[in-house]
Amino acid sequence: MELLLAIVAGVLYATGLYLMLRRRLAQLIIGLGLLSNGSNVLIFAAAGVTRGKPPLIGAEDVTAASFADPVPQSLILTAIVIGFGVLAFSLVLAHRVHDSAGSDDIDAIGPDRRVRTTKPASSDR
Amino acid sequence: MLLALPILLPLLTAIALQLLPHRPTLLRAVAFAGALGILIAAIAILIRVEAEGIRVLQIGSWPAPFGITLVADVFSSLLVLMVGILGTVITAHSFSGVDPRRETFGYHALIHVLLMGVSGAFLTGDIFNLYVWFEVMLIASFVLMSLHRTRAQLHAALTYVGLNLLASAFLLTAIGLLYGQAGTLNFADLARAWPERRTAALDATLSMLFLTAFGIKAGLFPLFFWLPASYHTPPAAVGALLAGLLTKVGVYAMIRVFTLLFPDPSGRMYAFVLVLSVTTMVVGLIGAIGQGDFRRVLSFNLVGHIGFTTVGLALGTAAALGASILYMLHHMLVITSLFLVSGWFLRQKRTTNLLALGALYRTQPAVAALAMVPLFSLAGVPPLSGFIGKLAVITAALDGDHYWVAGIALTVSLLTVLSMARLWDGAFWKPTTTAARVAPLRGAIVAPVGILVGLTLGLTVIAGPAYDLSKRAAAQVLNADEYIRAVLGPRG
Repeated sequence: MELLLAIVAGVLYATGLYLMLRRRLAQLIIGLGLLSNGSNVLIFAAAGVTRGKPPLIGAEDVTAASFADPVPQSLILTAIVIGFGVLAFSLVLAHRVHDSAGSDDIDAIGPDRRVRTTKPASSDR
Repeated sequence: MLLALPILLPLLTAIALQLLPHRPTLLRAVAFAGALGILIAAIAILIRVEAEGIRVLQIGSWPAPFGITLVADVFSSLLVLMVGILGTVITAHSFSGVDPRRETFGYHALIHVLLMGVSGAFLTGDIFNLYVWFEVMLIASFVLMSLHRTRAQLHAALTYVGLNLLASAFLLTAIGLLYGQAGTLNFADLARAWPERRTAALDATLSMLFLTAFGIKAGLFPLFFWLPASYHTPPAAVGALLAGLLTKVGVYAMIRVFTLLFPDPSGRMYAFVLVLSVTTMVVGLIGAIGQGDFRRVLSFNLVGHIGFTTVGLALGTAAALGASILYMLHHMLVITSLFLVSGWFLRQKRTTNLLALGALYRTQPAVAALAMVPLFSLAGVPPLSGFIGKLAVITAALDGDHYWVAGIALTVSLLTVLSMARLWDGAFWKPTTTAARVAPLRGAIVAPVGILVGLTLGLTVIAGPAYDLSKRAAAQVLNADEYIRAVLGPRG
C-alpha cells in the first residue's frame, strides 16, 4: 500500500511540476493543484498506513497497531482546506489576468511585452 | 495569554474592520488602534521575556507535544516588536498613500490579517502551525498585491503567487516527511527526538527541502527571481510591508528550523548556506546596478541584504548570528522607510522611474535630507545603523577565519554606496526633466518615514546595548536545551 501511495505521490509531483513549467495559465493552476495533492498523499504515505482501523483509541486495546494515527489525517484535512482556498484565489487571479491581457500565454502577459492577441489592456490605472 | 495577543488583536481588528460601516475615518481609527495594540503587546512580551526567560503558552492547556504551543524567546519577541512598529507606521502611511476607494475595500483588514500571519509565524512553536501561518500571510499578501488591476500588477501577482505556492508545497512535503520519521510536530519535541533518528540521507533530503521552501520565501540566491519581478508594482505601503516583513519571516523560519533540527555548524549544509548567502549579496548588488526604477533598485538591494541576514546562520557562532539578527532589525526599519519614500514619488508623479524623478532636494530640502538617512544607512555609511550591522557581520566572519566572506561583504557594501548614490542623484538631486510643477509633499505622508528614520538613528545611538541584546537572542536560539526545557518542562 505504501509503495502504491509513494508512486502516486511521485506521479502527482512530476505532472504538477511539468505543468507548472508550461506557458499556459490554466496549466500553471492545474499544476499547483496536483502538486498540493501530491504532498497530501505523501504525508499520508510517510506517516504509515494502518489498515482498517479508525483513528480512535479503544477502551481497552491501546497499542500502536490498534488505531490509525489521527495526526496525519488532520494535517491533510488542514492542507486540503488551505489548498482549496488558494486554488480558488488562483483561479480568480488567472481569470483577471486573462481578461486584462487577452491571452493565457504567460510569456505574452508580461508587462514588457507588446504581443497582444486581442484588445489591449485598459489604461494603466 | 500575553503571547496570544499579537495574533488575537489583529484578528479581532480585521473582523471589526469588516463589520463596521465602511467610513474611511472610522476604519482608519480602528486600524491604527489595532496596530498600536500589537506594538504595546509586543513591548510587554519583550519586557517579560527579558525578565523571565523564554515564555510559553500552551493553547487550550494541552500539554506540549500534543497541543499547539506559542513560544517567545528574545529573537521572536524582537521580531514581533518589529511587526508592531512596522504595522503602526505603515497603517499611518496608508492614510495618505493609498487611495480611499481601496481603503474602504478591505485594505486595512487585509493588512491586519497579514500582520496576524507574520506574528503567528514568529511566535509558533509547532512546525505545521508555522506552515498554516505562512499560508495566512500569503493569502493576505496575494489579495493586497492584486487589489489594483493594472497589467503590470496582475503579472507581478501571478509570479508572486505561483512561486510562493510552490514554496508552500515544498514546505508541506518536508513537514510530511519529518512527521513520518519523527512522529511529532512540536519544535522542542522535534529537537529532542530528531537527533536519534537522523541519517545522512534524511538530513540531506529534509534540509534541502526546507532550504528551498524558506529560500524562496526569503529571496535567497538562486530562488529570488520572483521578488524583484513583483515587489515594485503594489502601492508603496503594501510594498513596504512585503519588503520589511515577509522576506524576514523566511529568514526567521530558516534560522529556527536549522538551529533546532540540524544543529551542527560544521556540516556541509552550513557551508552550502554560506556560499548561497555570499552569492546572494553579490547577485543582489549586480542586479541593482542595472535597474532604472527606484523600487526595482530597492528590490535588488533587498535581495542582496538578505545575504547578510543568513550569513550569521551559516557561520554558526553566537556572535555571527547575533550580528545577523542586529542587521535584520536595522534592515527591516530601513527598507520599509525606503519603500515608503517611493510612495512620495507615486503620490507626486505616479511613477518611480528614475528618469522621471528628480529635484526633490531643490523644492523640499528638509524632506529629501530625511530620505538620505535610510539611503545611506542601507549602504552602511558610518555612523548609521547599517554600518554597525555590517561591522558586526564582518567582524564575526573574520573571527571565524572566513576571510573571503568578509572581503566580499566589504566589497558589496562599498559598491552599495554607488547604488544608493545613484538613487539619491536620480530621485532627489538631478534637475527634473518634466516641466510640470508637482504638489509639495505634505506632513502626513512624510511623518511615517520620519518616525522610521528616528528609530534607525535611535538604533545607532543604542548600538552597544542592541548588539548585546541580539547576541543574547542568538545564544538563546543556538542553545536548543533551553528551548526544550522551556516548552516541555524539566523532564525534557
